[in-house]
Amino acid sequence: MHEITPEDTPVVRMVGITKRFPGVLANDSVDLTLHRGEVLALLGENGAGKSTLMNMLVGLYRPDTGDIYVHGKLAEINSPQDSMALGIGMIHQEFMLVGNMTVAENIILGMKDLPLVPRIAEIKKNITDLSKRYGLQVDPDKTVHDLSVGEQQRVEILKLLYRGAEILILDEPTAVLTPGEARDLNEILKKMLQEGKSAIFITHKMDEVMEFSHTVQVLRRGKSVNVCPTSSIKRIQDLANMMVGRDILFSLDRGPFKPGEILLEAKNLVMDSLVGGGKRVLDDVSFSLRGGEILGIAGVAGNGQQQLTEALTGLMMVNGGQVFIKGKDHTNKTPLQIIKSGVSHIPADRGRMGVVGDMSVGDNLSMKKYRTKELSDHSIIKRSWVRLFAERLIETFTIKTPSQDTSVKFLSGGNIQKTILAREIDSCGGILIAVYPSRGLDVGATEAVRQNIIKQRDMGNAVLLVSEELEELLMVADKVAVMFEGRIMDIMDVKDAKTEELGMLMAGVERGEI
Amino acid sequence: MRFSLEKRDSKSRKMTILVPILSLLLSFLLGAIVLGLNNANPIQTYSAMAKGAFGSQSKIQFTLVKAIPLLLCGLAVGIAFRLKFWNIGAEGQYVSGAIGITWVMQFWTFLPNWMLLPVGILVGVIFGAIWGGIPGVLKAQWSVDETLATLMLNYIIIGYAEYLYINAWKAPRGNMGTVRYPEFAWLPRIWGRVHAGVFFALILVAVLWFVLYKTRWGFELNMIGKNQRAARCQGVSIKKNIIVAMLISGGIAGLAGAIDSAAVTHQLTKGVDAGYGFTGIIIAWMSGLNPIVSIFIALLMAALETGSDALQITLKLPAAMGEVLQGLILIPLLAGTVFTEYHLRIQGKHKEIST
Repeated sequence: MHEITPEDTPVVRMVGITKRFPGVLANDSVDLTLHRGEVLALLGENGAGKSTLMNMLVGLYRPDTGDIYVHGKLAEINSPQDSMALGIGMIHQEFMLVGNMTVAENIILGMKDLPLVPRIAEIKKNITDLSKRYGLQVDPDKTVHDLSVGEQQRVEILKLLYRGAEILILDEPTAVLTPGEARDLNEILKKMLQEGKSAIFITHKMDEVMEFSHTVQVLRRGKSVNVCPTSSIKRIQDLANMMVGRDILFSLDRGPFKPGEILLEAKNLVMDSLVGGGKRVLDDVSFSLRGGEILGIAGVAGNGQQQLTEALTGLMMVNGGQVFIKGKDHTNKTPLQIIKSGVSHIPADRGRMGVVGDMSVGDNLSMKKYRTKELSDHSIIKRSWVRLFAERLIETFTIKTPSQDTSVKFLSGGNIQKTILAREIDSCGGILIAVYPSRGLDVGATEAVRQNIIKQRDMGNAVLLVSEELEELLMVADKVAVMFEGRIMDIMDVKDAKTEELGMLMAGVERGEI
Repeated sequence: MRFSLEKRDSKSRKMTILVPILSLLLSFLLGAIVLGLNNANPIQTYSAMAKGAFGSQSKIQFTLVKAIPLLLCGLAVGIAFRLKFWNIGAEGQYVSGAIGITWVMQFWTFLPNWMLLPVGILVGVIFGAIWGGIPGVLKAQWSVDETLATLMLNYIIIGYAEYLYINAWKAPRGNMGTVRYPEFAWLPRIWGRVHAGVFFALILVAVLWFVLYKTRWGFELNMIGKNQRAARCQGVSIKKNIIVAMLISGGIAGLAGAIDSAAVTHQLTKGVDAGYGFTGIIIAWMSGLNPIVSIFIALLMAALETGSDALQITLKLPAAMGEVLQGLILIPLLAGTVFTEYHLRIQGKHKEIST
């Protein structure tokens, strides 16, 4: 990256920022300084206070104490409009785009000083100019829901540039991108920096810090624990230790690979989407999975992974092909029949599919077993047994909760995931389907999730692990299949797999073309 | 000074109890303002209402008689609401039940005398269940919006009932109403006007409490109501449960209609759509869908109704004033529930007060 020249006045200076939420000190007198042309990586575990700090910069929260200076002047930022007026814009993890409107319409949506009838031709020209200037290739006439995730992100960036943003905040920008798209993003950022713009990006991936940033600031439990030039970091391990505050495992304990019988098999699965004109979302998907084996499914989110797991768990119907569980045909059976055949499921969206937020931890833990003799008798639930059962799982899986009567929604993301994990692993009858199980979790919780998944394999269970992080798959899985646009591009042994090659397959490049 | 709401760490038990009581008081206060604007003395009005509802034995009996169908309708609506199925059709299901029992009483004369009442009530329940089951099936199979479906079905059945008592089933004498049920088939009275329907209602409270809080099915309903997608992932059938819950919900509302016809009106006639089904919505909501709490809310609502009848006589105020109060009760409650999960923070320049 090019060198930055420190100027007298930083573009953003946050001084002594403190923000308290009930029971949590989210930010504890944090200072942050951003110079012109600088990329600052804000590194920290989940719940370290990165997003909170940035949300105060864009006016979504207000600090309890502390001041924010923009271009040397004390700034009152009460709303996103205020921050935009100061040239600060943020790209959130979840894109804020309207799917059935065009790129151009999305870009001008919500702008205040538009005339009653905007001159679309002129706007489109401006957009095209901007995209040429920064190498952000997007067709302004395309409808947003026809765009790939990478393109949507470009629209978000254009939206900010169009409004004249000088300071960009990106919240985990590469989480949804292929390695190739991430590299493109890096190029785009470089061009913007050359024009004197600055950026802060939030991440918990250490390699990105090394690749993208000039300066790295590490937050831990709401406190800023370190700020230093990225070039001074010698080992990634040091960053990780700073972030977690202890040494973390980079390799996991695992037993030898001892594959058993085939427990789960998909043969030529085909599924057409119910919406959007029946697009083919699963295209001739076949694989087989043995006991004691972890099959990883790699791919950029939205390439059919979720549909595949929902077809296997009975949540969605397939239009063709067959699913065999323990040798028996289970194609298009109900979720209950599939659960009873021994399949456990850690769903992709933990808040909306994994738990019932308004019910207690104890109730959530018993949501699979309540129908078994262990917890109920002639359809009457044995409450005292449920309590003992929940107590045991909370202890075994070290779920941090005030009590088992606390509503699950009051727990942290990691503990919600542990609750799901505990329930699914405890009731697992041979097959575990885990979809993005460590998504959004901090290092500690991620480690616990992975270790538990490997333990299932070592016990002889079959595990299907869907993940968007190659690093995770290479660390945890025995075999890895890459999905692209509903197809399985290839299945290979992890020990033969190379990151670069997987990345190409994820981007849809056929094996012969590599 | 700034006010802000902050999320609590967990649901406040204290507030869960305090909020309904405080909002009740607040609604009486709001009611006092409305009364004051109409040049009525609020204290005088409220005491007249209390006297009207509980002033004498026969007045208490009147109130209890009204509380029975109200409680049943509240229970009926409550079951559907547990699934977040917005059944606002208890009124129609109630009328359907009344039609069912009247049909038996009029035309099933081949039955032995002693069987007429139990069979009549059963048919009323089935009629109510059908009228509740229709929107249930529509929702489960084709995702038809239940709010509109149940509302429209009210109008259909109320219109049909009118046709029956004015035209098809009209008694030879008079200009409306069916022939009265034979006296041996009336639901017996147990204390003055209060009839045996009270046992039905209380037994049902106990049964529902048990089913909802102690059984697997109650657990499943709770899961569906609070997160349908998660329930589905856990293998709970959404479609089946919506239909079953609506059959039961409609059945209970139908039971209310059948009981009230067998015990009070003894015929199908004008006024069968007395609004119990709609008031049932308020009862279900105020009780937090808890069957036991519903008993007290139903009594309160009944007292408001009988009490406001007295207003007309003693204070020459329109009886609609009672309805105004009923409506006012729900608003502070809905607004107040926010405090069970959030607390108010008032930030002055230097001091902070939190509740």
